[in-house]
Amino acid sequence: MGQFRQCPDSGFFFDKSADRLMKANAVAGIVALLIAGVLALGVILTRWQSIHLLPADTFYTVLTAHGINGLIFWIIFFEIAVLYFASSTLLRCRLAAPKWAWAGFGLMLSGAIMNNIAVLSGKSSVMMTSYVPMQAQPHFYLGLILFAVGALIACFVFFGTLVIAKDEKTYEGSVPLVTFGALTAAIIAVFTIASGAIVLIPTFLWSIGYIAHIDAAMYRVIWWAFGHSSQQINVAAHVSIWYLIIGVLFGARPMSEKVSRFAFLLYILFLQLAAAHHILTDPGLSSEWKIFNTSYAMYLAVLASLIHGLTVPGSMEVAQRSKGLTKGLFEWLRKAPWGNPVFSGFFISLVVFGFIGGITGVVMGTEQINLIIHNTIYVPAHFHATVVVGTSLTFMALTYLLIPVLFRRQTFLPRVAQWQPYVFSAGMVTLILFQLGAGTLGVSRRHWDMGFSGATLSFDYAGTAYMMMAVSGVGGVLAVLGGGMFIVVAVGSLIFGKKLEPSAGFLQSFALAPLAPEVYDIEQPEILKRAEKLPVEEHGSSGFHAPGTFVLAMILLVCFVVYYFINWDYLSSVWPMS
Amino acid sequence: MTAFQPPAEINWWKSPIGKDEIIWIGIALVWCLIMFFMMPYWHVYGKQNLSNEAYQTTPKKFQASVDAFVEKYKIGEEGGIPIVKPPAGSDVYLAGRLWQWYPILELEKDQTYRLHLSSLDWNHGFSLQPVNINLQVLPGYEMVISLTPNQAGEFGIVCNEYCGIGHHSMLGKIIVREK
Repeated sequence: MGQFRQCPDSGFFFDKSADRLMKANAVAGIVALLIAGVLALGVILTRWQSIHLLPADTFYTVLTAHGINGLIFWIIFFEIAVLYFASSTLLRCRLAAPKWAWAGFGLMLSGAIMNNIAVLSGKSSVMMTSYVPMQAQPHFYLGLILFAVGALIACFVFFGTLVIAKDEKTYEGSVPLVTFGALTAAIIAVFTIASGAIVLIPTFLWSIGYIAHIDAAMYRVIWWAFGHSSQQINVAAHVSIWYLIIGVLFGARPMSEKVSRFAFLLYILFLQLAAAHHILTDPGLSSEWKIFNTSYAMYLAVLASLIHGLTVPGSMEVAQRSKGLTKGLFEWLRKAPWGNPVFSGFFISLVVFGFIGGITGVVMGTEQINLIIHNTIYVPAHFHATVVVGTSLTFMALTYLLIPVLFRRQTFLPRVAQWQPYVFSAGMVTLILFQLGAGTLGVSRRHWDMGFSGATLSFDYAGTAYMMMAVSGVGGVLAVLGGGMFIVVAVGSLIFGKKLEPSAGFLQSFALAPLAPEVYDIEQPEILKRAEKLPVEEHGSSGFHAPGTFVLAMILLVCFVVYYFINWDYLSSVWPMS
Repeated sequence: MTAFQPPAEINWWKSPIGKDEIIWIGIALVWCLIMFFMMPYWHVYGKQNLSNEAYQTTPKKFQASVDAFVEKYKIGEEGGIPIVKPPAGSDVYLAGRLWQWYPILELEKDQTYRLHLSSLDWNHGFSLQPVNINLQVLPGYEMVISLTPNQAGEFGIVCNEYCGIGHHSMLGKIIVREK
């Protein structure tokens, strides 16, 4: 008996404990996604004014639970699995301190359950942000704290695994780019969790009466150092996965290791500043502070994302061209495996994240433009482009890869899997575009009734705003359907999917009787070798290695510039303020 | 052969960068700097900026300022909420509380007012519609902005920060009259 097994299809080596931990974390994440998705239906059907499904109290409860399960539990559980994959599996190294890793998982799981109990009981409907002085039940905060401590332990297991890999020389040279990207995510995660602890521990003590007062402005500043940075973990994680996916599907290597790693380094240095995005219209902060922070110093983290935006598809293009797909600008893209959900999920998420999520994020994060966007439904539209179509769809695409590789199962209902990224993203993009529109017309986020029933005074939004919310509702329903397709395929594969031998036995992750004997037959895999040097080849045109991608990047830039100045123009039309 | 293998070159940080990447990084950096300088530029030449004028206060103190303001300039009432018409160019007080904006303001077009905003309880969101100006309103902080209504008519103040079960019914009003 050894410590490792090798996936015969992909060649990846799995350490026994990392194997089980990844499965447990991925499954816990998918359960959280299921909860978030079901609740999404309640949110969207209530905001669709002519349906207006839920009563106000249930709506706010559902909205709170939807946000926390979707944005925190699903994504972070899954990210922990990604961290273990990027360290143990990619570096062919045993996982550091598996018992600690299980303890971390246990804390995260109990924290998630505790928080969900607090919210779903209906007594902690404070939204994900839980702005003081509105108070939730103590176990709302305690659940989040336990979850964060568990995630922190997982980050240190990841760091420890990197140290062991270096020490035991399981790889040559520098760590692979994907591991480097995951390391970026983990470093940002430590900063994020520390901020979370600084704000949530006193808030917990306040909720049980040990602290008399928490300042509302201070809470928002520090909470967002946690809240926004946690989204930056997602960016670093899903960009790393993009590099992984193009590596697996196309054998792509980064156009330049230096450029891609430099871009990740910019994330570490500047990405956490974005707390200011959420507090641009708050009292008590100076414009200098806001401008410096909201722009990540001088948009240096945006620069990093723009770089990845070129190098990810560019690396794919170079790999495709070297296989002979050199006709015109876009043969490499046209002849990509569009029927493979690993590819389509990845590529759609790349495009939507860049074109919609990225552009709207920078626009609304501009100090003054934020005045016409703050807290409107434009904001959720933006982060559904980044976190749902960006991060979540990437994770879904990765799951389709992991079903055979990690879980050793055949994909259940492959036709459904094939359509899933298209259905899901079509629904999401519809929802996003129309909520961006409604937000521009001033429709509020986190609001039960845009008709203001029961108000003493009256105000009517434009009829177009109602129409837009209805269309976004249709998109939302379609997206929930697409999300349901993912759950059916993922869970179905684990339960009904035909076993690919040899199997590691998924049920063992939960200490249940194994269905098949474990086959960890490798003591220590061979050292992970450097990539081979490529002969100097030229497949692009006029000195460009990836001309098609360069054209796409220029289109992105033009959209960006035009949309950016349209918003300045809109801002200049509102009442003067100083 | 891929992004999940260690780099081929031992000194990968010394290998040359392709033309595509260099040009793109250059263009992107220029664009980033343009966006960065737009914000200070707008502070100098633009007309929509926050003043950064804010004071620490308490709900009690702010309530007293609002009450004094209402008493002085009250001209009527709608639905139990006083309508207040301050002189042009004066200090104007508006409080967010569960669940109303207090009081209703009547302003003159093209006059500049110093608007004092604060919350008497939880976080609220001042969302002037359909103009679409959105500000965060916090308890314990009094934000002051100079506001110049340049349209006449009746405008709604929606609360766009979640503030509990009555949040959707929290609606205020600003009336702007032609001179």
